Amino acid sequence: MSFSAKNVRGGIRHILMILFCLLMVYPVFWWIGASLKSNEELTSASLWPDHPLWSNFKNGWNSVPGHSFTDFYVNTFGLEIAVLITTFVSCTLVAFGFARLDFPLKNFWFSILMLTLMLPAQVLIIPQYAMFHQFGWVNTYLPFIVPHLLASGAGGTFFVFLLIQFIRGVPRELDESAKIDGCSWFGIYWRIVMPLTKPAIVTVSIFCFLWNWDDFLGHLLYINSVDKYTVGLALKMINDSQSGTQWGQVLAMSLVSIVPATIVFAFAQKQLVEGVATTGIKG
Amino acid sequence: MNRTVTVNDSKIEHAIGKKRSSFWSRWETPGIGYLFISPWLIGFFLLTLYPMLLSLYYSFTNYTLMKPKKWVGLDNYHRIFTADDKFIQSLKVTFWYVLGSVPLKLIAALLVAIILNKAVKGISAYRIAIYFPSLIGGSIAVSMLWRNIFGVDGSFNDFLGLFGVQGTGWISNPSTALWSLIVLTIWQFGSSMVIFLAGLKQIPKDLYEASSVDGANRIVQFFRITLPMLSPTIYFNFIMGVIGAFQMFTSAYVITNGGPMNSTLVYAVYLYERAFSRYQLGYASALAWIMLIMIAVVAGLIALSSKYWVFYETDTGRGKRK
Repeated sequence: MSFSAKNVRGGIRHILMILFCLLMVYPVFWWIGASLKSNEELTSASLWPDHPLWSNFKNGWNSVPGHSFTDFYVNTFGLEIAVLITTFVSCTLVAFGFARLDFPLKNFWFSILMLTLMLPAQVLIIPQYAMFHQFGWVNTYLPFIVPHLLASGAGGTFFVFLLIQFIRGVPRELDESAKIDGCSWFGIYWRIVMPLTKPAIVTVSIFCFLWNWDDFLGHLLYINSVDKYTVGLALKMINDSQSGTQWGQVLAMSLVSIVPATIVFAFAQKQLVEGVATTGIKG
Repeated sequence: MNRTVTVNDSKIEHAIGKKRSSFWSRWETPGIGYLFISPWLIGFFLLTLYPMLLSLYYSFTNYTLMKPKKWVGLDNYHRIFTADDKFIQSLKVTFWYVLGSVPLKLIAALLVAIILNKAVKGISAYRIAIYFPSLIGGSIAVSMLWRNIFGVDGSFNDFLGLFGVQGTGWISNPSTALWSLIVLTIWQFGSSMVIFLAGLKQIPKDLYEASSVDGANRIVQFFRITLPMLSPTIYFNFIMGVIGAFQMFTSAYVITNGGPMNSTLVYAVYLYERAFSRYQLGYASALAWIMLIMIAVVAGLIALSSKYWVFYETDTGRGKRK
């Protein structure tokens, strides 16, 4: 009796969870349906249009005069690759320094690093903008690449912190035996610690990719010519220029813009969720 | 031959002895440590400390990018506090947003985490469904989606229509616009939920077993075991949530652009407007410093309060008070 009562309770729990999850993903279903609707059908209550307008994707893709979303994707991915490489190089070097080497004032610098984690971005936006403006970096990708090269871009300090925590878990005996075999510190970093830090590097890369994809404010500030636009800026542009005219196209393109993040999530779901759980990253 | 070996040995011993006694460490010179951290160190000075001082200086000037700047003393601050209705409005909106979104998001995350902690089968499917909104959360794409869902003809009103409720244009109505942004934030509780789930897994099962032997029911267990044991995680999620909520920008900027009638003019949007629509960089820097101080005070208060409600296993002897 109690066994079946337990099953019933478990069943109810699952039904509730499934209903709840449907509520969570309902906006996404609606989104997919809406991306295939004409303006007339958008106001209808049905989830799926009677006449799916697949052309919304094609027309949305080419809705910016003189450019297509291919260009914006190329721009965004180019920027992403540059940012991923610079983040990888700088963050792993710095994390290795903090986790493995001893130097005077190390604890002081580490506390400073922790403090900057809490610093609201708004305090830095204006002076950084003024600086980069003076350097003539506005409307180039340098305001994104240089801060990442210096482990100070969006999330950079956080990635350093995350990698430090991970590297501390790699046994130090490995360094010592490599040292005896005549390996330099750089060799220890590159040949011993880096290969063992792969899971943390994967987590950092995923978040670096996602955050830069969504760094709308940064793109908005520094990029102002259409041929350098990223996907987010292009979306904002068709949204502003087309409001009221072709909503289906806008929604179709915004749906397309989350595809890369979704693919990354699908492949790295387990690692990503566990990374969040253990380190407390906010997605 | 023998001699050379001895010489070498003594050299090595000498070297080891010297390094051991040195101030730095066993092998490396301090230079190598600094070499490794130099990217961050340079970044800290050039891209954090120097800009911070620069922005503090700007906040006392009438800097506009176009004209040469002039020192105006406390003028910006004085104007902000005495003659800027939009500043007061943006403070109000931001506080309502923080008060509305942070606790509700935490409660949603905690409740779902507790349910998921029990429902083991299919947990990864649930996790994906719940985490997905957080994944795409900050993007401009979601902001556009939201604008449609909460519009007059949006699907939220269709949903209400099922219950015979006549909805309004949630985003165009000043009294509900902020709430549609708050709902968007709550929808993205996935990452807090995942952190709670990890925290729940850390609570030893025998606490529950022992307490049920003592006759505690689930509600008592929740308040006496789960909440205290989870309090460090709650604290973490709470403080990160508050800091994040103070800085909310993209959805308010894209969905409502601060309107209607400034009802969603959150602080970051107002700051952006002053800085990059009107190019009043000095004034906006003063706003930014007020924001920094505000966040520091609120975070400091939460941190101070934490010693009354956060229990660490090490200093409480497994969840019991000292």
